[in-house]
Amino acid sequence: MPDASLLKVKGIDAFYGDFQALFDVSLSVEVGQIVAVIGANGAGKSTLLKSIAGLTHPHCGEILFDGTRITDAPAFDVLNRGIALVPEGRRLFPSLSVEENLLIGGQSRRPGPWTLARVYELFPVLAERRRVPAPALSGGQQQMAAIGRALMSNPRLLLCDEISLGLAPIVVREIYSRLPHVVTEGLSLIIVEQDMMQALRAASHVYCLQEGRVALEGPTHALTREAISAAYFGV
Amino acid sequence: MQWFNVVLQGVLIGGLYAMFAAGLSLIFGVMRLVNIAHGDLIVLAAYISLMVTQALGVDPLTSLLFVVPVMALIGYALQRGLLNRTLGDDLLPPLLVTFGLSIIIQNGLLELFTADSRRLQAGPIEIQTFQLTPSVWVGALPLIQFAVAVAVIAGLQALFYKTTLGRAFRATSDDQSVAQLMGLDTRHVFAMAMALSLAIVGIAGVFLAIRTNFDPAIGPARLIFGFEAVIIGGLGSMWGTLAGGIILGISQAIGAQIDPGLQLLAGHIVFLAILAVRPQGLFPKVSG
Repeated sequence: MPDASLLKVKGIDAFYGDFQALFDVSLSVEVGQIVAVIGANGAGKSTLLKSIAGLTHPHCGEILFDGTRITDAPAFDVLNRGIALVPEGRRLFPSLSVEENLLIGGQSRRPGPWTLARVYELFPVLAERRRVPAPALSGGQQQMAAIGRALMSNPRLLLCDEISLGLAPIVVREIYSRLPHVVTEGLSLIIVEQDMMQALRAASHVYCLQEGRVALEGPTHALTREAISAAYFGV
Repeated sequence: MQWFNVVLQGVLIGGLYAMFAAGLSLIFGVMRLVNIAHGDLIVLAAYISLMVTQALGVDPLTSLLFVVPVMALIGYALQRGLLNRTLGDDLLPPLLVTFGLSIIIQNGLLELFTADSRRLQAGPIEIQTFQLTPSVWVGALPLIQFAVAVAVIAGLQALFYKTTLGRAFRATSDDQSVAQLMGLDTRHVFAMAMALSLAIVGIAGVFLAIRTNFDPAIGPARLIFGFEAVIIGGLGSMWGTLAGGIILGISQAIGAQIDPGLQLLAGHIVFLAILAVRPQGLFPKVSG
């Protein structure tokens, strides 16, 4: 039942500047599914997320969200339809307080379970530090705030770009331990990671990108670590 | 006592300069756009007020009820229809386009209204004064103008830090692409910023036109005063902009007292001195 997919990416080519970053990439996400996209640096993972989020637009192919074509929709429109991106490097708004960052995410007024109170429940440390400017947070807290900010828009699909980047392993484990709480009420997730093991533990389906192409895909339990390593490193 | 009077008059005119500067500072802060046509838009507002006062027979302060929304609409349309297309990584296209806009507005006003000097007549309020001390008198209009300037700055400050729109302004200023990812249509946010900027321009234009004669060519000099007030005060700080306007006003007043020919020069010299000693301005951006 291919048409029941929440997100369907069909054969997109996308460019990063003049450089072609994606070649004929297809991917689909079902409701409530966690999908991992792994690959080495420069494999096109971030460009894939940006194409889905509407920050760049593919040159060919199409992207369907809940059956509607969003290939050329601008980013603010994509968010309002229910796709939120946690960008690589967190990118909180530095001149806004932690709470204001979260409120910006909630400005879309999409109905749903996520409110300030729910985000503070998920990440209690943010509640303590709600008044401080975003740059005053530690790296892990910033990542929590970035996830919270995206959740505030009550997305149906959350895109997480390298949430473990630059964080201590214990912090990464803590953030990943909260992800199951996030996937309630039918929220779907795409996790992009260089840290393959972390992503594989969380996801039920994995896509491995290599130089802009899907080198391997399948349910995580059906793939051997050797096959994934081969696709990851291209050996 | 004479010098007290001079400084006081300088402070009061400084409020007007702060209003010239506030709109300039606002749009530079939100979208890194330097609006060369800002001064000419001030003059345009003065002419719109002139038309309204003549057509409806109302006094200039009442005409604000018409001028301010019209200028805001012009701002929104200008940004959506033209200036948004010029924004990008390069600072030059918006600079060139607003420079062209400046020439178009000046020549358009010249065609419509000729080069004759005009003045808005505010009626009896123009000559009302209060006696502060036995030798110092303050005009009612300069006082009103200063109070309005303070209210505009305070209002902007509150809007920036207390409202949803202000939060959107600051977020967009921080990071445009993430602002879009968070559902903000930056084209609309920019247009709202320009609308607000030109609403303030509308107020400034009317007070300018009550205070002095104006003709289609005086816009660029108002732009310079606005720039100077912004730089003196420090970018991104609204109260700093008010302080910048006041410092510029006092400098000019003192210069004029020494020698009438020194009025403008004194302002420019103080501006250059501050730029040399403290290029970030006296009160640069402080968060929260």
